[in-house]
Amino acid sequence: MLDAFDARGFRAGLWIYAGAVLAFLILPTLIVIPISFSASDLLEFPPREFSLRWYQTFFGSATWMAALRTSLILGVLTAALAVPSALLACVAMDRIGGRSAKALGGYVLAPSVIPGILLAIGLFFVLAKLRLIGTLGGILVGHVVLAIPVAVIVLRPAVARFDWGQVTAARSLGAGWARALVQILLPQMSFTLMTAALMAFLTSLDEAVISIFVSSGQNSTLPKLMFLSLRDQIDPTIAAISTLWSVLVIGIVLIVNARRTA
Amino acid sequence: MTGTAAMTAPATPDRDTRAGLRRDARRERAFFLSLSLPALLLVGLCAMLPIFWILRQSVMTLRGEFTLANWEKLLSSALTWKSVWTTVELSGATLVLCMALGIPLALALASAPPKIANRLLILVMLPLWTSILVRTYGWLVLLRRDGLVNQALTGTGIASEPLALVYNFTGTLIGMVHFMLPLFVLPVYAAMRDIDGNAIRAAASMGASLPRTLATVVLPLSAGGIRSGAMIVFIYTLGFFITPAVLGGGQVSPVAIRIEKVMSTFQDWGQASALGVLLLILVAMAAAMLAAARRLIGRKGKTHA
Repeated sequence: MLDAFDARGFRAGLWIYAGAVLAFLILPTLIVIPISFSASDLLEFPPREFSLRWYQTFFGSATWMAALRTSLILGVLTAALAVPSALLACVAMDRIGGRSAKALGGYVLAPSVIPGILLAIGLFFVLAKLRLIGTLGGILVGHVVLAIPVAVIVLRPAVARFDWGQVTAARSLGAGWARALVQILLPQMSFTLMTAALMAFLTSLDEAVISIFVSSGQNSTLPKLMFLSLRDQIDPTIAAISTLWSVLVIGIVLIVNARRTA
Repeated sequence: MTGTAAMTAPATPDRDTRAGLRRDARRERAFFLSLSLPALLLVGLCAMLPIFWILRQSVMTLRGEFTLANWEKLLSSALTWKSVWTTVELSGATLVLCMALGIPLALALASAPPKIANRLLILVMLPLWTSILVRTYGWLVLLRRDGLVNQALTGTGIASEPLALVYNFTGTLIGMVHFMLPLFVLPVYAAMRDIDGNAIRAAASMGASLPRTLATVVLPLSAGGIRSGAMIVFIYTLGFFITPAVLGGGQVSPVAIRIEKVMSTFQDWGQASALGVLLLILVAMAAAMLAAARRLIGRKGKTHA
């Protein structure tokens, strides 16, 4: 882009600066890995001795395991609810077109621009009224509403690219709408649907603010428990969880990327 | 006879057909609209209703009567204004730092060969894929009194004693900039990558220096991306909760933290709701300001042309 200028000095400076910024971006994620393998109670860096004791603490703790279970169940349920509703909404927007489609799009994307704390307390008030605080269903609807915009963003371009002539053909041959959509649209979108499901799953897994306000007791999610223990003390168990977490998420992202480029 | 019959006979069915087609089109539209119902209901009940509830509760007593007491209490409290100021300060400082760190990074990425740029973009996206709690923990480890950063600072003699980098405004700001930077860089990079190389070559061939080209060609042409990035920064940071709660260590109280405190310590839902509305107003004001900036830049662009 800047080839037209012979400014080697400027470019060298720019890259040194950019390198420092990149280091700033990745450092906090990388630092937790060695600490998670430390044998010491202290957060020493570099660790003098290595062990797996923090991983044992995590997997041996009933509280952490219950939170992990809650988070995984919530993630799966969130994807199972958010992706179908998002797909149907995308089909609706694509087929209707025009101003109504635009309005519909703005409406379903709205939760992504509402500050999380507002959704959290608003949902808390509504759930308190319904006496549903601390229930799995209460957190679930909060996560679904955050995952719908994510799924819509992933699915919408794919629905727009889809060749609707095929559905028309199936319809003219006597297939009903439901059958045409299930047998023609779904198979062709399987990869995008998978991506949307993983993104919805990750949205739920990563969500903390709604969980902090709405979940309680045995339905506490992993991020909520991490948040509470970060506030109280910072022992390396969190480093072990963080490492596992990053490996899981980066693994998912790499799989999605590899499949997309393949 | 047969000829006229053949010519007139289809006329009636044709009108019917057309009416039928219109009816079918209406039905089809209604059918497609109905497909959006699950999403409409979910968003309506779980996002719109809660926000509406906050608005309503901000002007209600516990027994459900209309009152302005929540607002009077809120607006007369110095703590409210302090938290509003902290919020604006944090968001503004985050935006300034994102620009200072992000624009050069985006420029470097945009000027690199696409293959290298794509590799480096993975590093930019890495934090996005990591949980906010993981990153916050990472910063706690790095910024503590005997953490890596302080070790480096005292070890190299830059600081004579460990600095207070966390459990205060500085730590919160570092965590927030780290959270927002990838989200800011991506639209700016996209805008810079789309700049027509000929525009830059033209500037160079007409004798513009590199700094001048950056200031008068590159930056104006990436203004759209910078504005999107700024919008994203404001939307997220004005309501930020996790980072100030952990890295602020109780010393930093933006509106989001104040809401939680009013909820958990005083159980005052009316007051918390009014604070929530205040936060919504802040977000709306930020959006309006950016829209105004856009019009201003747009007009300036036109006079140049």
